[in-house]
Amino acid sequence: MADTITLEVARYRPDRETEPTVEAFEVPLRRDWAVLDGLNHVKDNLDGSLSYRWSCRMGICGSCGMTVNGEPRLTCATFLVDYAPGPVRVEPLANFPVIRDLVVDIGDFMRKLPEVSPWIVRGEGTSVEEGEYLQTPEQLADYSQFSMCINCMLCYSACPVYGLDPEFVGPAAIALAQRYNLDSRDEGADVRMDLLIHPEGIWGCTFVGECTRACPKGVDPAGAIQRYKLTAALQSLKSFVLPRGPR
Amino acid sequence: MRADHDILVIGGGAAGLRAAIAIAELDPSLRVAVVSKVYPMRSHTVSAEGGAAGAFASDDSLEEHAYDTVSGSDWLCDQDAVEAFVVEAPRELLQLEHWGCPWSRQPDGHIAVRAFGGMKKKRTWFAADKTGFHMLHTLFQTSLKYSEVARYDEWFVTQLLVDDGRVQGVVALELATGRIAPITAKAVILAGGGCGRVFPFTTNANINTGDGMALAWRAGVPLKDMEFVQYHPTGLPFTGILITEAARAEGGWLLNKDGYRYLQDYDLGKPTPEPELRSMELGPRDRLSQAFVHEEEKGRTIGTPYGPVVHLDLRHLGAKLIDDKLPFVRELCLKYENLDPVRELVPVRPVVHYMMGGVHTDIDGATPLAGLYAAGEVACVSINGANRLGSNSLPECLVFGARAGRAAALYAAGAADPGPSVAALARDEERRLTSGLRDRTDGRESIAGLRTGMQQAMEDSAGIFRTEESLLGGAARLRELQERSESMAVDDHSRAFNTQVLAALELSNMLDVAEAIIAAALRREESRGAHQRLDFPARDDESYLAHSLVHRDETGAHKVEYLPVTVTRWPPGERVYGR
Amino acid sequence: MSEPAQQTQRPYRPEISRLWWLRRRSYVFFVLRELSSIFVAWSVVFLLLLVRALAQGEAQFRAFLDWAAGPWVVALDVLTLAFLVLHAVTWFNLTPAATVVKLRGRRVPPRAIAGGAYAAWVAVTALVVVLVVTR
Ligand SMILES: Cc1cc2nc3c(=O)[nH]c(=O)nc-3n(C[C@H](O)[C@H](O)[C@H](O)COP(=O)(O)OP(=O)(O)OC[C@H]3O[C@@H](n4cnc5c(N)ncnc54)[C@H](O)[C@@H]3O)c2cc1C
Ligand code: SF4
Ligand code: FES
Repeated sequence: MADTITLEVARYRPDRETEPTVEAFEVPLRRDWAVLDGLNHVKDNLDGSLSYRWSCRMGICGSCGMTVNGEPRLTCATFLVDYAPGPVRVEPLANFPVIRDLVVDIGDFMRKLPEVSPWIVRGEGTSVEEGEYLQTPEQLADYSQFSMCINCMLCYSACPVYGLDPEFVGPAAIALAQRYNLDSRDEGADVRMDLLIHPEGIWGCTFVGECTRACPKGVDPAGAIQRYKLTAALQSLKSFVLPRGPR
Repeated sequence: MRADHDILVIGGGAAGLRAAIAIAELDPSLRVAVVSKVYPMRSHTVSAEGGAAGAFASDDSLEEHAYDTVSGSDWLCDQDAVEAFVVEAPRELLQLEHWGCPWSRQPDGHIAVRAFGGMKKKRTWFAADKTGFHMLHTLFQTSLKYSEVARYDEWFVTQLLVDDGRVQGVVALELATGRIAPITAKAVILAGGGCGRVFPFTTNANINTGDGMALAWRAGVPLKDMEFVQYHPTGLPFTGILITEAARAEGGWLLNKDGYRYLQDYDLGKPTPEPELRSMELGPRDRLSQAFVHEEEKGRTIGTPYGPVVHLDLRHLGAKLIDDKLPFVRELCLKYENLDPVRELVPVRPVVHYMMGGVHTDIDGATPLAGLYAAGEVACVSINGANRLGSNSLPECLVFGARAGRAAALYAAGAADPGPSVAALARDEERRLTSGLRDRTDGRESIAGLRTGMQQAMEDSAGIFRTEESLLGGAARLRELQERSESMAVDDHSRAFNTQVLAALELSNMLDVAEAIIAAALRREESRGAHQRLDFPARDDESYLAHSLVHRDETGAHKVEYLPVTVTRWPPGERVYGR
Repeated sequence: MSEPAQQTQRPYRPEISRLWWLRRRSYVFFVLRELSSIFVAWSVVFLLLLVRALAQGEAQFRAFLDWAAGPWVVALDVLTLAFLVLHAVTWFNLTPAATVVKLRGRRVPPRAIAGGAYAAWVAVTALVVVLVVTR
C-alpha cells in the first residue's frame, strides 16, 4: 500500500473566483483514515483556508456530506483505503448552491421541513400526568426506520427530480412526514396529506430510487414516498366513490 | 432601544431547545430566539447513545435515584438540586414521549428501562442506542411547531454584551456571510455544551470547545468544579468514538490481556455471569477508568498503535440482543474498527467524555450575572459533583433547560431594554474580530499547532491521575500557549464560511477553559471522584466538601474560591460498589 | 452594523449539463420514464383510432389495419410496447416499496411481493395468449 493518496478537492472562494476550481493535496494513506481525516490533515497542515463542515465524526450529526468520486457520501464514514491508489475527488454535495469550498446551502430544506408538520399532531392530547401513550414494540417498528434520518442531505443530492425542480419537497422531508403518519400516537395524517398531494409533493417523485441507495442510515425514503402515494391514491379513490363518506 | 428578542438562547442542543420550548409554552407572546453555531439537529446531543435516567419503574423510587446520584458524585453535588432533579426527570422524559420520542418499549407498550453504571435500579430510558439522536430530533422537530421561536442557524456567538451589571445580548458572527452583528435581548440562556476538545482523545464532537464557559468567564461569571473531567472507560482507540455504557448494562465484560475480568481486583465486586447493578462493569465511570490505569501499570493491557487498550467482550450476548438493543454499537464497530462484536472482542480505552463543571448557576439556572442563565453541560448546578452518573446528563438538560427557560422568561418580563452603550460595545467587538483577527496578516503561530500543544499539555498534566508537579507543568505550558496565541496565523481573510477564523476563536475559548481546569485542579488537594491526586490520595471532607469557583480577576488571571455544598438528607459517606 | 455582504459573495449555483442523465443508469431510466409519457399517450390514441375504425365498419377497419401494418407505424408501436413494458416493470418494482403486507406479525419480504406481482403478470399474459391463439 502506498503511503500517500491524492485528494482532488473542489475549491470555491466567492470573493476571489466566480466558479469552482480543483486543488490537489497529498495526504497520508492510513488504514483507519476516513476521507474526513484526510481533509482535516489538509486543513491543519497544508492549507488552513479549506472550508467544510463536520462535527461528530461518528456518522450521526449529518454535517459532513460531500460528493466523493461522484457519489454522495458521509466523509467521516468513507475510508480512503477504499479509493486507493487514488486520486479521490471531493466535491460539495450536488443539487445545492455552494457557499464556499465544500460547504453547501441547505436553507431550502430547512424551510421545507416545518411544512410537513414533523411533530405529533394530537387533537385532545392527554396530559403528561396521565402517563405515557402506550406503544407496542410492533407499533414502534412500523415507523422506526423512517425515524432514523440524520438530515444529511445525501438523498437530495442524489435525486434528479430535486436537481431539476427545487420546489420538490424531497425524499427526507417526505420520509419524515411518513414517520409521523405511521406513529400510533399521531393523528395528523390528514393535515400532512393535504400538504403533500401536489405535483411538488409525493407526485413529483418518479421512483428513481437513488435516494434510498444514497442513504447512509437505511431510511429508504423512496419506499416512504411510494407508500405515501398508495395511501393518497386509495384516499382519493375512496372520496370519489363515497364523496360524502368518511375519509 | 427595543431588544431584538426578549430571550436569546445560545445553543440548539437538548438544553437549549428545551429552554426555548418552555418559554414558548409559558407565554407565546415572548420573543425567543435560538442561536447556534451548527444547525440545531447537529448539536452534540445527537451523539448520546445510552439513555436518560428517570425513576419510573414500579420497583424504583425517587430516593434511590437521588442517593445513587449523590453517592456517585462523591458527595460534591448540591442535594437540593438533586432532589428537584429526580422529581422532574421522569416528568420531562414523559413529556418527550408525548412529543414523539421513540422510546424503546416493553411488549405491553409501556416504557422500557435498562441498567446503567452506578445505578441501583433499572431506570434508564432508552431509544435503542441512539437516545440522544432521537431526543434531539424530537425536540428540534417539536420546536418547529412553535413558529414564534426564531432561529439564527450557523451563527457563532463571540461575546456577551454586558453593561450596567446585566447581560443585554450578544455579538455573533454569521458563518455563511461573515457578517458580525449584535443580537440584543433582555435575558440570555447559555446552553453551549461541553468542552471535551481541550483534550486530545475525546468522545466529544468537534464543536465541543467550551465556548459557553469562556463567554461566561470573560463576562465575570465564575466557573464551578472545573477540575472534574469525566473519562468514560470505553472509547474506541484512534477515533475516540464512544461504546455506550449500555453495552455493559446489557451484560458486556471488560477483559485484560489475559481474558480476565480485572475489575474484581479493584473493590468493585465479584464477577457474576449476569450483570449486577452497581457492581463490576456497572460501577461508576471514575472508578472504572482508574482501574484501567492500574492495569496498564501492571502490564496487563494490550498494546496498539493508538495506545494501550483492554477488551470489551459482547460475544456471549448473541446477535439478536445486540441487534435489538445495541444496533449502533455494532454499526460503529463494523464501520470504524472493521470488526463484528457478535464474534470479536472490541478494543477500548478510557476517553475524555464529560465536563462535570461549568458555569456556576443556582437551581433555576440563574448565574450571578443578572439576566444570564445557563443549562446543560455548559452549566454546573450541580447535580453531578465529582462524578456524573451515566444517563443523568440528558435528563439534566431537560430539567434544567426547562427551569432556566421559565426563570429567564420571568426575569425578562420585568427587565429593561438594552441601554445605549451596547452599540459601542458591539463595535469594539467587531473591530477585534476583523482588524484584530480576520484581516490580520502578521500572525505567526499555527492554530493547529497551538491546539495540539494545548491538548497534549492537558493530557500530560490533568489526566486520570494528577500531581502538583504535573499540574504546575501544565499551567506553565498553557500560559506559554496563551501568549503565543496572541499571534495566531490567519491566512484566510475572506468572509464566506471562514472556518479558520472560527478555529481561532474556538482555540482561545478552549485555552481559557483549560486554564480554569488546571487552576481548580491545582487548588484541590484531595482525591474525589474524577479528580485523583497521587500526592493527596484521600478524600478530605474537612477542607474540600466545597465547590471550587474559578473567577477572572482584574488582571484576567484565574482565581479560585470555594463555596460549601448543600447537604439535605445524605451526610457524606463511603462510596460502596459491589459490596 | 457590518457592511452588507459584498456582491461577489454569491453562492455558486452549478449549471446542470445537458447530458447529466447519462452519468448513472438510474438517471437514464428516469429520463426514459419521463419520455415514456409521450408513448403512453400514443398507445391511447392508437386504441381510440382502432375503436373508431371498428365502429365505422368493415372497410374502414381494413384500411386501418393496412395503415397500422405500415413500417413506420409498426416501428412506433414496437417502441411504444418497449416503453409500456418499462413502465410496467417500474410499477412492479415499486409495489413492494409501497405496500407493507404483514403475515402473522412479520413483514412479508419485498422480494416476495414483487415476485408475486410478476407471477400474476405472467399468468394474465399467458391467459390472454391462450385466448387469442385458441380463438
Ligand atoms: C458520545 C457521547 C455519548 C453520550 N451519551 C450519553 C448518555 O447516554 N446519557 C446521558 O445522559 N448523557 C450522555 N452524554 C452526555 C450528553 O450527551 C451531553 O452532556 C448533552 O447532550 C449536552 O447537551 P447540551 O444541550 O448541553 O449541549 P450540546 O448538545 O452540546 O449543544 C450545544 C449547543 O451550543 C451551540 N453552541 C456552542 N457554542 C456556541 C457558540 N459560540 N455560538 C453559538 N452556538 C454555540 C452548539 O451549536 C449546540 O447547538 C453523552 C455524551 C457523548 C459525548
Ligand atoms: S433520508 Fe437518509 S440520505 Fe436522506 S437526509 Fe435522511 S439520512 Fe440522509
Ligand atoms: S461528522 Fe457527523 S456525520 Fe460525519
